[in-house]
Amino acid sequence: MKFLRVKMDELKVYTEEVPEKYQKLAGRALTSRLICDEVPATCHPLGPKAKLFIAPGAVTGTSAPSSARVSVGGKSPLTWGIKEANAGTPVAQYLARLGIKALIIEGETKDGYWTLKVSKDAAKLEPAGDLVGKGLYEAYHALKERYPGAGFIACGPAAERKLSMSGVCFSDTDGRPSRYSGRGGLGAVMAAKGIKFIVVDPAWTSPVVAENRELFKTGQAKLADAILTHPLSKPGGTLNTYGTAALINALNEAGGLPTRNFRTGRFEGAAKISGERMAEVVKERGGAGMMGQGCHPGCTIKCSNVYPKPDGTELVSCIEYESDWALGANCGIDDLDAIAEMVWHCNDLGIDTIEAGVTIGVAMEAGLLQFGDAAGALALFEEIRKGSALGHILGQGAAFTGRAFGVVRVPTVKGQGMPAYEPRAVKGIGITYITSPMGADHTAGYTTAPEILSVGGKADPLSNEGKADLSKAFQDTTAFIDMTGYCLFIAFPILDIASGFEGMVETVNAVLGTNFTGADVAKFGGEIMSWERGFNRAAGMTSAHDRPPEFMRYEPLPPHNTVWDVPDEELDKIAGN
Amino acid sequence: MVQVRVYLYATLRAFNAAAGGDTGAEMEVPDGTSIADLYGLLGIPEGHVKQAFVNGRRQDPDYVLRDGDRVGVFPPIGGG
Repeated sequence: MKFLRVKMDELKVYTEEVPEKYQKLAGRALTSRLICDEVPATCHPLGPKAKLFIAPGAVTGTSAPSSARVSVGGKSPLTWGIKEANAGTPVAQYLARLGIKALIIEGETKDGYWTLKVSKDAAKLEPAGDLVGKGLYEAYHALKERYPGAGFIACGPAAERKLSMSGVCFSDTDGRPSRYSGRGGLGAVMAAKGIKFIVVDPAWTSPVVAENRELFKTGQAKLADAILTHPLSKPGGTLNTYGTAALINALNEAGGLPTRNFRTGRFEGAAKISGERMAEVVKERGGAGMMGQGCHPGCTIKCSNVYPKPDGTELVSCIEYESDWALGANCGIDDLDAIAEMVWHCNDLGIDTIEAGVTIGVAMEAGLLQFGDAAGALALFEEIRKGSALGHILGQGAAFTGRAFGVVRVPTVKGQGMPAYEPRAVKGIGITYITSPMGADHTAGYTTAPEILSVGGKADPLSNEGKADLSKAFQDTTAFIDMTGYCLFIAFPILDIASGFEGMVETVNAVLGTNFTGADVAKFGGEIMSWERGFNRAAGMTSAHDRPPEFMRYEPLPPHNTVWDVPDEELDKIAGN
Repeated sequence: MVQVRVYLYATLRAFNAAAGGDTGAEMEVPDGTSIADLYGLLGIPEGHVKQAFVNGRRQDPDYVLRDGDRVGVFPPIGGG
């Protein structure tokens, strides 16, 4: 394995041996460690001292199931703290097969945008040329023709404008611009370096083989068995049949589906935007539509989808729960076709669907348009596309937009928009949002599993009791999983099936040459989190940043009419502030 | 008798067209009917239900239904 260091001020690519201290790290553990070691915490995220790191997970590229995650890390222009955002994409596997432990992009160029081409034994920069400024659908279509068989990484037109809601886009199995390390504005960091596209060509490479083949085989079989038998992740299970949007009705029933900019916890239009409805539309319209699409070869869960137009041709891939909620219930919009169109715009502009939806919700709160106005919401994407002053305000995210228009009800933590679970109705996930070093992030410690889904035990979502410990345990364990390269959805089977958990650890040990025990998972995850918190502290963050938006403390949320009442001391226990 | 509104979700919708629709089904059930009894009345075979929410709170199968309850019934559900 090697590091590829791209020095944009020299326009040169250097191949480096991986220093020993990084050899047993991968994914989030590696990007976060490198950020701490190489990025001055007080630097401007878009300035010359900032860097972007792209690292596949530990077992990515092997035959381990559902393991094609890639972590993107840097200092976030949205939160101004540390950021890791990961995506599931075949490009993750290509990077691992090419022996790339991490891509490190540093410095900056004033000489336009560049394309980095990476293939077996070669890496070079060339001008990005005619594809600069284009929407990513057009760009990826052109790249597919020019580089058949390759995968792509890009930042979109929104990133070229340095908008803080821009993500880093990876191609899917069909070359669509649809797999995102979306959160925290890392697309803008990529653009600020002067890199527009990365072409990753896996030709003449082979799958990664574990150092300890026997142990790998044992672990792989245990994990595969857990994934294939658990009712959530098995073929024909709910993830496979209805996609992640199966959660719309679940959160709605539980009164925790944030609706109209976090005014209520139930949406009367939930059924119309549910995963169940989506599956019906796909079946009725036929054609290109499909549920059960895999985001990479080797995934057996296959929770992605292709949403069709009324005539059966493709509208967009894919509508995730978070996107569906953000652009739907959160904006009072109950029209799946309109939501699908907005997701298409997000993919094309290169922006995070969650931040986009939360921002539009805040714009509706500000009175720029009415809740439920799908046409008005679509028009806002045009403002971002053309780069108007309004588009620039919106493109900087929900917190910035709220400030620009004097809005008090702004659902953000550390400047990042909250995802699709209401903290006042699901307390544990609220603690995760508030205390994660990443800003409001549901994936950072998904206590929703026991609180709402009854996976990994049961916890009362409305109770505060034990929730700080629960969130901490989930956050620590997740930091480890984000290192492995496994999809976070393996958490559902391994929370319930102990042998699956063992299998995960064994495969990681087999590849990295580590000796992690089951007990080490949360322990080492906690260590990763302590690095990340250390960076944030050095960047100027304190316990004052581990706090909820104030309105949640005094506005009761229907239908349960609860407020945020977790004591601040409980929050501070997590970070040790 | 008590009146309840019942919603079946995801794979459970197939077991009862009325309760599986978007608006759920208004049902009149005898006093003392539990959630577990309700599954029988709806024709849901054992082993398919993961959990039920009543008026937004997760309740055990032995919960006795009250007049005006909103009941949402789910198979194992996940996402994120």
